[in-house]
Amino acid sequence: MSPRTSGTTRAGQYAALLCYLVFLAFPFLWLISTAFKPAPELGSLHPTWIPEHPTLDNFRQAFDEQPLLRAAANSLIAALSAGVIAVVIATPMAYVMARHRSRLSTAATGWVVVSQAFPFVLLIIPLFLVLKQLHLINTLWGLIMVYVVWALPFALWMLVGYVRAVPRELEEAAAVDGAGRLRTLVSVTAPLLAPGIVATALFAFITAWNEFFFALVLLKTPEKQTLPVVLTHFLGAEGASDLGPLAAAAFLATLPSLVLFAVIQRRITGGMLAGAVKS
Amino acid sequence: MRALVRTAAAATALALLLTGCGGGGDGRPDGRIHLRFQSLAWQKESVDINKRLVKEWNASHPDVQVQYVQGSWDSVHDQLLTSFEGDEAPDVIHDASDDLADFAYGGYLADLRTLLPDRLSADIPRQSWQTTTFDGGVYGVPFLQEPRVLIANTRILKDSGVRIPTPEKPWSWPEFRRVTKELTGKGRYGIAWPLKEPVSVTLNLGLSAGGELFHRGADGKVTLAADRGDQVVPGTIHDQVNTDHSAARTALGMGGGDTLPGLFGGKYAMVPLGFSYRQQVVEQAPKGFEWTVLPAPAGSEGLAQGVSPQTLSVAEDSPHKKEAVEFIDFLLRPANMVRLAKGDWMLPTGTEALADPSLHTRDRGWATGAALAGALRSAPAQSVRGYPEWKDKVATPALQEYYSGAIDAAELKKRLVVDGNRVLARYQR
Repeated sequence: MSPRTSGTTRAGQYAALLCYLVFLAFPFLWLISTAFKPAPELGSLHPTWIPEHPTLDNFRQAFDEQPLLRAAANSLIAALSAGVIAVVIATPMAYVMARHRSRLSTAATGWVVVSQAFPFVLLIIPLFLVLKQLHLINTLWGLIMVYVVWALPFALWMLVGYVRAVPRELEEAAAVDGAGRLRTLVSVTAPLLAPGIVATALFAFITAWNEFFFALVLLKTPEKQTLPVVLTHFLGAEGASDLGPLAAAAFLATLPSLVLFAVIQRRITGGMLAGAVKS
Repeated sequence: MRALVRTAAAATALALLLTGCGGGGDGRPDGRIHLRFQSLAWQKESVDINKRLVKEWNASHPDVQVQYVQGSWDSVHDQLLTSFEGDEAPDVIHDASDDLADFAYGGYLADLRTLLPDRLSADIPRQSWQTTTFDGGVYGVPFLQEPRVLIANTRILKDSGVRIPTPEKPWSWPEFRRVTKELTGKGRYGIAWPLKEPVSVTLNLGLSAGGELFHRGADGKVTLAADRGDQVVPGTIHDQVNTDHSAARTALGMGGGDTLPGLFGGKYAMVPLGFSYRQQVVEQAPKGFEWTVLPAPAGSEGLAQGVSPQTLSVAEDSPHKKEAVEFIDFLLRPANMVRLAKGDWMLPTGTEALADPSLHTRDRGWATGAALAGALRSAPAQSVRGYPEWKDKVATPALQEYYSGAIDAAELKKRLVVDGNRVLARYQR
């Protein structure tokens, strides 16, 4: 490839990337802009990116009208718990499925993928009845249990891929050096799986953090409701909405996910396996 | 990494302990009756009034305590269905009448006929009770309703010199078409029809011209048939968009609130919206914007139009139906109904509440809306089984194509009626 062609190609790639980033960022930037606009600007025929008279009134109103902090705390508990519990359960399962291939593990992987296709509405009534029997309706424990079960198949599927990416030679080398099975798993395999575990936990966290329908159905009292449920209280019938406070509350609701991503993104992309095996 | 996992686990465990996320435990052996009232009120004023009324009830009824539970219009049907199936439904349920049919036929809601006090039964007009009557039973109390009105830019109307309609002398549909042409100018449309959901608007306004579309036979079965009356409203909208160009084509895909910036900016002279949208106009309109509320056009049936009122129902499984209805009766006392109506910017169904002078002021169009109340009817299709499928699979795409000019009136009629009857037949075997 000539340098000229390479430069053109690269410019095209950057342009495509830029377009994609703009496309991805647009809703979020618009959300931020809306959150800071006073009511008359929300109804302007010529909306501006930067609010002409930025205001915090939408945030004040949102906090005044709905218990956002309590709801955020509930969401945080449910999402963190779901993330941690899902990886704790999924990691050993994924190891077994990746390292000991059999018809059973292949079938299990297939089932895991298929189970993702079930719609919420199909599952919610039997699930509701089971949780009722367990006296877990209107409890965060019940919701966490649902979130873990819901996240588990995909978490498992993700982690199986990560385990397979860890070279068997490393475990064999550890065994040659005298490390037992458990020691090998804890000291050699687990650290190499760290990016996968973090990514999986993040997936489970975000799934639970954003989930609306289970929370709506399973939690009865206002004290237990999570953030997505409380956000719908800014919406009326036939699409009517209290746009300013809704945008302000939705903006706040996206922050934990963003912060979490910012904190741990290096863990995911760190390339911890680099140089582990001499090829 | 391990430190991170440990920190997260410890934080989660601590948070769980601190917040006590364990069992809810509703059992309160205090000898009192406890009712749960799930409200879908969402605007601050409305939520405040509902909560205040619950507080007032609880203060005056120590033996029957009501807990206010905030519901959500989003997914309310699925949420209620799950609650009914799991025997966890609230005792008093707020919903809209067009959502009740499945629950009523499914046996989830109590028939209120023997429970309702005479005062409440007599106070709400017959046509409102029809919206919650299914198979002879009454499954909800209709208490708030909103007609569709025209919200208009006063300055444009005055400058154009067109006749300003009143509930006594409304525009006819042909006159309305002429007026929108007159109001159309450079960079301005006479009207913007927000028709993201075209079916209910078309059917409900169609009643004014005698459009019924759904016809119930002596055997109780419903069939679709379109006559001239059914074509007045869709024909007018179609012609405004495609022949006169007096209606904004871009608005056809919009929701009601999306048209407000165009109204404020003078791009549209009028928009047909639900009565409660006045609140958004008050909140969002720029300083100096002058607006007025006009009645929707009238046809051979006058100002008749269909509505699906908001309702209060009682769960069939509630062990305290009598007390639940007493609470509903308290909520809907005339003075309280007025408070609820003002909080939601809607009209009360109750005759006594509707007569309240505060709902007849010219301010913000209250008087125009109140004058329309007597013409409101049950939405044409709300008790028809199979209507949701007809609406989504047949009527919505057909009307959208017709309004955009992609198909003609004959094709529209064929789809709505012929294809529609096939859908309804499956539900009425």
